Amino acid sequence: MNLSELQKAAADKICARFPQVSSKEFRGDITLTIAPEILTQAMRYAKDACGFDMLVCVSSVDHLGEEPRFEVNYTITQAETGANLLVRTPVSEAENTVPSMVPVWRSANWLEREQYDLMGIEFAGHPDLRRIMMWEGYPYHPLRKDFPVAGKDFEQAGVAFTQKAPTGGAPFTTTPGIKTAGEREPRSRG
Amino acid sequence: MASDNLQELETNFMCDPDADGGFVYTTVEAAINWMHKYSMWPMPMGTSCCAIEYMAASCSRYDISRFGAEVNRYAPRQADFMFICGTITYKMAALVRRIWDQMPAPKWCIACGACACTGGMFRSYSVLQGVDKIVPVDVYISGCPPRPEALLQGLITLQDKIMATDHPLKGFFKEHDLRQAQNAHTIPAGIITQD
Repeated sequence: MNLSELQKAAADKICARFPQVSSKEFRGDITLTIAPEILTQAMRYAKDACGFDMLVCVSSVDHLGEEPRFEVNYTITQAETGANLLVRTPVSEAENTVPSMVPVWRSANWLEREQYDLMGIEFAGHPDLRRIMMWEGYPYHPLRKDFPVAGKDFEQAGVAFTQKAPTGGAPFTTTPGIKTAGEREPRSRG
Repeated sequence: MASDNLQELETNFMCDPDADGGFVYTTVEAAINWMHKYSMWPMPMGTSCCAIEYMAASCSRYDISRFGAEVNRYAPRQADFMFICGTITYKMAALVRRIWDQMPAPKWCIACGACACTGGMFRSYSVLQGVDKIVPVDVYISGCPPRPEALLQGLITLQDKIMATDHPLKGFFKEHDLRQAQNAHTIPAGIITQD
């Protein structure tokens, strides 16, 4: 059995156990779409019955203007064989909560904290849901599509501050020419 | 370099070759600054690739100990100056400021590399756009990252700056004549001239 056959067999096994789960194949890689309500059961089944003993990555996508707005993506692996599955969980903006995977895989702890910090998705049942990248007390979630890349001004007196970066409207652009670097770069220091 | 040192000696120190045992006359200010200058203990605030260059500068090939700054102090209370090498995020900025506040005066700061000076290429929500927004910077070193020679040049520039500083003890020694001081008996008799 080669890798894509292993992945196919595992996905079929999960789909047979949970009929609500839909499966999609693209170039040998399989994506399962699992609703947040049955996510914990399905993931535990994938770990215990299908041998996916490692959670490699938790990421999320912001489909701004669509409903559901967010999706959380989990990449799980069988460490012995190297077979991967991608699990996609849609999350509506109103709900904005998925169950934490920490009880299933302990490696989910920091990965979910990162998604909570940068995308603002809550993980119900997480043992330690604090910010991990931005400072504690920062009010925004910077990887959302409606957040400007230059950031926003915010200050918490006595703790920390954040200022809008001087990007001149467009980050990482410069005008070639004979002027000095200070004039060429559109964003002078604020 | 050699001529610079000679110039400095002529400006600040005066030798009396005729005196028995060889005396050097100088001002308190020049002597204290000179002692400061060659025993600078850095607090290396290394957060990214500039810190790798700093490691190179402090190892044997570039050998920062030639300039008296080889004693890295990771305890801020023992450090004389802060070498900020690398990108400072807003999360780190609070800690940099806290460490700076823990360092005893007199203290200096060198911002090393583009990120520490201006935020560098990171024009984004998370990166402090120059450490001079949170601590007073004495010397800026350009480069991304700067070569070890540039770090040494920055240190030498800071030493020149220290040499030109008025020391707060200067006035103290002018006003208090040793022979009239209250604690004159604690000073060994040999170094007090009797009129």
